[in-house]
Amino acid sequence: MNVIGLDDYQEVTPKGTVQFLRSLAKRVRGRRFLHINSTRYGGGVAEILHRLVPIMTELGVDARWETIKGDPAFFSVTKSLHNALQGREALITKEMRGHHAAINRENARHLSLEGDLVLIHDPQPAPLIDYRPAEGKWVWRCHIDLSHPQRSAWRLLRKYVAKYDAVIFSLPKFSQQLPIPQFLVCPSIDPLSEKNRDLSQAEVDGILARLDIPRDKPILLQVSRFDRFKDPIGVIKAYRLVKKYHDCRLILAGGGAQDDPEGEEVLADVREEAGLDPDIHVLELPLDAHLEINALQRAATIVLQKSLREGFGLTVAEAMWKGKPVVGGAAGGITVQVIDDVTGYTVNSVEGAAFRVRYLLNNPDLMAKMGEAGREYIRRDFLITRHLADYLAMLMILTGNE
Amino acid sequence: MLERSEVPFEFFYCIELRQVLGLRAETEKELARLLRQVSLDSVYYHTYGLLLRHRYRAGAYGSDFATWAATQVRDRVLGERLAAVDPLRYNSLADLREAIVCVIDNHLESITVVPRVVYSEPFEFIESKIVGVPTGLEAYTLEEFMQALSETDDTTIYYHAIESRRRLKHTRTDFSAWLRDDLHLPVLAARVQALDPYAGGLERMRTHILAYCRQVLTLGRDL
Repeated sequence: MNVIGLDDYQEVTPKGTVQFLRSLAKRVRGRRFLHINSTRYGGGVAEILHRLVPIMTELGVDARWETIKGDPAFFSVTKSLHNALQGREALITKEMRGHHAAINRENARHLSLEGDLVLIHDPQPAPLIDYRPAEGKWVWRCHIDLSHPQRSAWRLLRKYVAKYDAVIFSLPKFSQQLPIPQFLVCPSIDPLSEKNRDLSQAEVDGILARLDIPRDKPILLQVSRFDRFKDPIGVIKAYRLVKKYHDCRLILAGGGAQDDPEGEEVLADVREEAGLDPDIHVLELPLDAHLEINALQRAATIVLQKSLREGFGLTVAEAMWKGKPVVGGAAGGITVQVIDDVTGYTVNSVEGAAFRVRYLLNNPDLMAKMGEAGREYIRRDFLITRHLADYLAMLMILTGNE
Repeated sequence: MLERSEVPFEFFYCIELRQVLGLRAETEKELARLLRQVSLDSVYYHTYGLLLRHRYRAGAYGSDFATWAATQVRDRVLGERLAAVDPLRYNSLADLREAIVCVIDNHLESITVVPRVVYSEPFEFIESKIVGVPTGLEAYTLEEFMQALSETDDTTIYYHAIESRRRLKHTRTDFSAWLRDDLHLPVLAARVQALDPYAGGLERMRTHILAYCRQVLTLGRDL
């Protein structure tokens, strides 16, 4: 397999992007940039770091990526914390808080925490701030929807976050009252990854045949973890409303992540709701099924992302990159990616989702136009090259010598 | 006969790092109150700065304040009035701020209930830091200028045509200053200066600058 380098992005990014990155990187060459998160596989954060870190290295930045390790109890605690921070009822006991802190203390003993800029991703490793070395700037990178957190959960996290030098949110509405600067950086997708690279029609057909998905009717698709915030049950209900007017298929495709113990329970609920409908395909995909997801998105007629809460929702960007119109929940970053009437529709209910899907199915020309606009929008604002530029600028500004 | 400049035009890219100020307005009255107290950098971000962001939104106006009033508060009258405030007509950001606040205040005096967002998004005040990065491209002649301008990305246009007004605190763009002072092409410089970035964005500016330059090259003299 060929190693992908920065020059390979010339063909898919806007004019001048690669040269811009090279010029920017000259200003921060040799500086140490450490990323820490809680998993190497599953979820948008890990996916983007897999490519971001090697490109930073190619540009001369001394980039590293570490992950913290934890037991199932730790990931159960952080899942509860994640849920509570996104506004769902979840109990975080004193013991759970203690375990969160203890696992981070243990990790701090084994990890090298040296860096000119240390970026800590999400709540799981946030307590590492208590073990920061004397030198270097520490920034907490929040990838989740903090617009309506349970106050007790936010108070718990805030005591760590306030000790950082700065915080990065994906959207302004996630910002909080904090004594430190709050930066805005949208996440991104990698156009050359297995999940997003161009596929031939033969590849798409082959993968769908292998997944046993007939191509005889329009396909509605939602790709996401089996998580209640993604509202997979709501998607099935919307599909049933659409089905009264259009013969179509629904594919719910998702996998778990190492740090998501709740997935099995949600998946069982989804299967029960789907019942014996032969046109509903619930696909439990392994974490590395990037090519399969790519093919499904390319085969889809309309992509849904009917989330109730969403950090950013990179599956929306992935679908738009493949020229698909998106019907998405009016939550988190979906509202930034889906521009109503231009790249798709944002909706607030099962009925709204069904209405927009029906409208699009009746207007294939509009779907094509939206798909084209969506791909161009993603090219400019949501590719990894823009993300990289933001991080390099932050490295430059926070570590001096602009 | 077209001249060769002794001083090259050095092309820069730029990048914008955005910072949320934690100030949110849910009513038009709060918008005016917070607008009075935020930094001028924030006023800049929400007016000039939007040219650097992609503009796909249908009906987007020339400032975030106008767009918010029209689409989130659904007060189209205020949206249209704010859209008429042209940032390029003000000599300073302080004057621009005053003009915007004045429009909101006058509007509020003419109605009995203060409009607010109900189901939509509040206005989030943001400011940004623009960092210039050399492209390595430079031009001594009009031909070289055109060549470089056609190769760079649109942040270059922003940096030299918009950001320069704040950076250098003068009303001329970098482009028109160099074309007039160093290439001695005052008419071309005036045409470039007169381009309105709000009427079609940065790519349109690039297209027009290149077209004017091409005319000069064809004529072999200033327009």
